[in-house]
Amino acid sequence: MKRNLPLIVAFISGVVILVGGFIPRDPFPRIESTLIEWFMIISGFAILLGQASLLRMNVARVAEKAPNWQYYLAGLISFGLMLAFGLLWGMEKTPGLLGQGQGIVDKLGTKPFDYLFENAFIPLSATMFSLLAFYIASAAYRAFIIRTFESNLLMITAVIVMLGRTSFAPVLTGWIPDQLSWLRLPELTNFIMQYPNTAAQRAILISAALGIVGASLRIILGIERSYLGGGK
Amino acid sequence: MKMPERSVVERRIVFLLLVLAVALPILFPLGLKTQSTPLTEQVYGLVESLPEGVPVIISFDYDPSTITELQPMAEAVIEHAWKKGHKVIATAMWPQGPQMAEIAFKDVQARMERKDAAAKKHPYGEDYINLGYKPGGLVTIQGMGRSMKAIFPTDITGQKYDEIPLLKPVRTLKDIRYVISLSAGDPGLRDWIMTANGKFNVPVAGGTTAVSAPGFLPYVNDQKQLYGLMGGLKGAAEYELLLGYEGTASLGMNPQSVAHILILAFILFGNIRAWKKRKADRLALEAKNG
Repeated sequence: MKRNLPLIVAFISGVVILVGGFIPRDPFPRIESTLIEWFMIISGFAILLGQASLLRMNVARVAEKAPNWQYYLAGLISFGLMLAFGLLWGMEKTPGLLGQGQGIVDKLGTKPFDYLFENAFIPLSATMFSLLAFYIASAAYRAFIIRTFESNLLMITAVIVMLGRTSFAPVLTGWIPDQLSWLRLPELTNFIMQYPNTAAQRAILISAALGIVGASLRIILGIERSYLGGGK
Repeated sequence: MKMPERSVVERRIVFLLLVLAVALPILFPLGLKTQSTPLTEQVYGLVESLPEGVPVIISFDYDPSTITELQPMAEAVIEHAWKKGHKVIATAMWPQGPQMAEIAFKDVQARMERKDAAAKKHPYGEDYINLGYKPGGLVTIQGMGRSMKAIFPTDITGQKYDEIPLLKPVRTLKDIRYVISLSAGDPGLRDWIMTANGKFNVPVAGGTTAVSAPGFLPYVNDQKQLYGLMGGLKGAAEYELLLGYEGTASLGMNPQSVAHILILAFILFGNIRAWKKRKADRLALEAKNG
């Protein structure tokens, strides 16, 4: 029963939503609305579950003094601080348990949560993302090597698109006469993006969509059961 | 002292050059201008085409990691919408989206006042509203198609949906004249295209990071599944150009362009090195075989 009940729920929910897509008459829209509400509530709980799991994992690492446990401790302290500030004084327009915290706002210029969000979280997140540039630069030097005809083709396309998307592109090829304007880098870039790229992306999208249909049917019919957990 | 390996030294040189390529154009701007492309012009055209007073949604489907590319887009689109007198409803499919929206609204208001001290104030609840974050992506948007109030019973301040003047004419997603999703991944623009446009026929436009923009181009088609697309920092810079001001995206295009050229140079050097190594290996093999 423990295994069959989720399968039955998945089957009924899947079939109702599927049929509702073709028959927009009562009771299907009503059931669909209810299921949507349930989905949102469950999604809310999933966030809570995620936070609980994050806490448990980090606390365990710190307690065990696992390698680099100091980072997990820093994560826990940050988590606790943001949670406490958010709960006590809320965010810019949202009041917290202690109201709007005017006294603190007068001192900091903003609420503590917003202060940390704008001055710590945003710069740190942007820094993490921008580190990608260094990996790309390093990979460009060591790994983008032309070996075959296909890699040659890929490289030429990449060079055109990369150059075409810089502010140098109009300067580099602006001298080309109007009759041959299609040879200018921005135009060549637009052509590559609009035709060969779109055609390939469309093919990928269609195959992915067919894959999703197949995977969904497998879940609805109970063939695919990995989402139940248990490793089987 | 042990000398680091050659590959480590090379990597350090690559990193140092990249730092210089980004830092120098920030300190000494090159004054390069970007050119607008049809994709960004279509987004601009959609906003431009609608009359004053219409309710529109700007969805903040990103977090601070992509702020460099998406926040300038958000600011440009908000400024354009406000200039046209559109009523902006901010939603978010990502948890940190509402804060990104708040920062964008505040910065746009400040910039407009800096440009013109007599610039119109845009009061919260009348010209714009922030409905906050809702999980669920595609399913949430489907729910908005049935009832906006059911999905967003209050705004981020806790004010009830019915008490907000701006939201009076908005019962469902179908009352919205366009949706612009600024999207860093999933859930995001694809969900808006599939549901808001596919199911409820609401015009959808978007802005994404440069790396994910090519994946959305198939949706820009004759059926107008997507009304144009702003791709990365360049897309944001193009929108700023169309609005007639130089913001953070336009300024950011200089270091980005130099960094792109540098990466192309790295590819070239890497290939020359590989070619030389292959040649040396071949000669060594020939010498060995006599």
